[in-house]
Amino acid sequence: MKKITDLVDAEKGRKELAGDRITVGVATCGISAGAMPVLDTLKDANLGVLVEPVGCSGMCYNEPIVTVKKDGVHSIYSHVTKEKTKKLVECIRKGKKCEEFFVANKLSEIEYYKKQRRLVMENCGVINPLKLEQYVASGGFVGLENALKIEPAKVVDSIKNSKLRGRGGAGFPTGIKWSFVSCKTGKKYLVCNGDEGDPGAFMNRTLMESDPFRLLEGMIIAAYAIGSDEAFVYTRAEYPLAIKTVQSAISILEKKGLLGENILGKDGFNLKIRIKKGAGAFVCGEETALMNSIMGNRGYPRPRPPYPSDMGLWDKPTVINNVDTLANVAVIMRIGVNEYTKIGTEKTSGTKTICLAGKIKRPGVIEVPFGIPLREIIYDIGGGTPKGTKFKAVQSGGPAGGCIPASMIDLSLDYETLTGAGAIMGSGGLVVMDDEDCMVDVARYFMSFIQEESCGKCTPCREGNMRLLELLEKITGGVGTREDINLIKKLANFVQNCSLCGLGQNAPNPVLSTMRYFMDEYIDHVENKTCVAGVCRSIITYSITNKCVGCGNCARLCPVSAITGKLKERHVIDPEKCIRCGECYRNCAFHAITKSGAKKS
Amino acid sequence: MKKTEEILAKYSDRSELIDILEEIQESFGYISEENMRKIEQTLKIPLVDIYGVATFYSAFKLKPSGKHIIRVCKGTACHVKKADLIQSRIEELLGIKGGETTKDKKFTLELVNCIGACAKAPNIMIDDEVFGELTKEKIDKILKEVKRV
Repeated sequence: MKKITDLVDAEKGRKELAGDRITVGVATCGISAGAMPVLDTLKDANLGVLVEPVGCSGMCYNEPIVTVKKDGVHSIYSHVTKEKTKKLVECIRKGKKCEEFFVANKLSEIEYYKKQRRLVMENCGVINPLKLEQYVASGGFVGLENALKIEPAKVVDSIKNSKLRGRGGAGFPTGIKWSFVSCKTGKKYLVCNGDEGDPGAFMNRTLMESDPFRLLEGMIIAAYAIGSDEAFVYTRAEYPLAIKTVQSAISILEKKGLLGENILGKDGFNLKIRIKKGAGAFVCGEETALMNSIMGNRGYPRPRPPYPSDMGLWDKPTVINNVDTLANVAVIMRIGVNEYTKIGTEKTSGTKTICLAGKIKRPGVIEVPFGIPLREIIYDIGGGTPKGTKFKAVQSGGPAGGCIPASMIDLSLDYETLTGAGAIMGSGGLVVMDDEDCMVDVARYFMSFIQEESCGKCTPCREGNMRLLELLEKITGGVGTREDINLIKKLANFVQNCSLCGLGQNAPNPVLSTMRYFMDEYIDHVENKTCVAGVCRSIITYSITNKCVGCGNCARLCPVSAITGKLKERHVIDPEKCIRCGECYRNCAFHAITKSGAKKS
Repeated sequence: MKKTEEILAKYSDRSELIDILEEIQESFGYISEENMRKIEQTLKIPLVDIYGVATFYSAFKLKPSGKHIIRVCKGTACHVKKADLIQSRIEELLGIKGGETTKDKKFTLELVNCIGACAKAPNIMIDDEVFGELTKEKIDKILKEVKRV
């Protein structure tokens, strides 16, 4: 057996990481914020320093992010757009700190990171994602070395003892899942589920773009443990950069003998990893539908049993693990089970990558130990809601999940605690909502999503969710009744208990959880025809009063040209065209616009 | 633009059907009946299976799209950050609704479920490029630029 340093020049990587270096975060968020021209400008400036791309450090709210290490001083800069890069270049040439965009010297000094614990994401935003030397210099493939020194069954035991739970949503113990397959003989498959269809979840994308070797190392260890020689990374087509990055990483590993035959010199340990792209079907995040998609079929789920561990891809035993789960495998086999189980809770070890989005000051990808109170995530890490709006609820678990209201913000982040509160951990997307969000509309929104994504195979989901959507649309449309609310509860129960797969079974979760905590909003909609958040278009009306001086500002702001009027004359809002965005209402300097339908009577 | 024959020559297995359809989609902008029949003849996959897969996945189009695809993200984070406003503004500027193509065949507008850039909500994609933290002003600027190019 070989050592990783026999195959990869870790010393080169170590020197690059330790020396003078300028990095620009160019994962998807960074690119959308304009990071590519910044990288190009810094490269063209010939500063005599290594300038290279890195992935996402998770601090998405600060993109584009540039780090400069020169003459022993390390600085982190934020919001460095192309226009501002010239100034930064001047500062670097003069050896000065550029105060205007300076954030901190180290990540650990930034409020955002103080309560985080970065294990899975420790390389993200630090290393060049496709420089294997830098990955190895940072401890990469030590996990694989450790795994290959022991029998596969011992690797399975290690993962069992680590109490690693599947990070895709269900939280099933990974070691136990592996043991169902590792004891079998013959052809076996490993699948990495990178579909990440949950709206609000982008942690898998972040890892695939920023540290693809971490994922692949985890897959190689998993394949060794279960006895598989063929693996797939199933990822959604909406992630072109992630697909390209992982594909490049696979090619690099193949060239280095870390994929293919006799990996790391271990005789007989062969593995081929291929990427399979999804094609825009949320249901393909469900493991049986995913397998159908890999096999080139319509993405229909099927009943379980038989479980994939008995009959998976092409009827062979198959293990399906989430991206995050596999990344954790690489971490565990490097730092050891004892160290890993010190983090997290009694039932769930380790950390969880979480995506914070919505009405939050500091949206991005974070990594926290299990057991951390939600309050610390929302306020200490996320900075609370922006511009003084009131925090109302946090949606956890996407369309299969539920809302945790502000009153329960001291709940700890763990599978059982969230389920008990009517939400689920899910993939870890937390979407924060404030008093401008209508919880009935949120339920309608999720039901609309699910109804569109339902594969149509089973009647309870196909018909039941359509009827639930119709009822919710009645309520948000201002024509709902108390009977509709009662019918929703009955129908939701039926859909949960009778649907074929997790998509249908969990579809009623958002409406049931919003009813549990925000029933007053439902009652307001049906009895008082009121939407206190001011969202529901059929209930809210904006009108211009005679206080209007005809400045025309509202007409300019209106995104759909619903406001007309002559200069210095009272303007008029066309209620048919008006989308109730409230831009005119919020920006009228003369308070001439009224909003009806939002006040509790 | 690759010819269908060139694409099909690389494949031999039924399990590669989605990969084949993705390449055809990329080359031709949509999946025509003619191309579906070519797949059937070359790879001996029943036409009904091909049609079934092509109609199941939202990434596959059975009608020609515009030269550029504008996708408005309707994910949760974008929804709470006023994706509706962004959608309405684009519809207003292009004169089409979600799912439609402009008369000059330059743009198709699609409403999609979460592109995974939630921290920068609200987002759109124009072809493979993501534009985030959008406002009415930014949309106006971006579309003006895209129309010009």
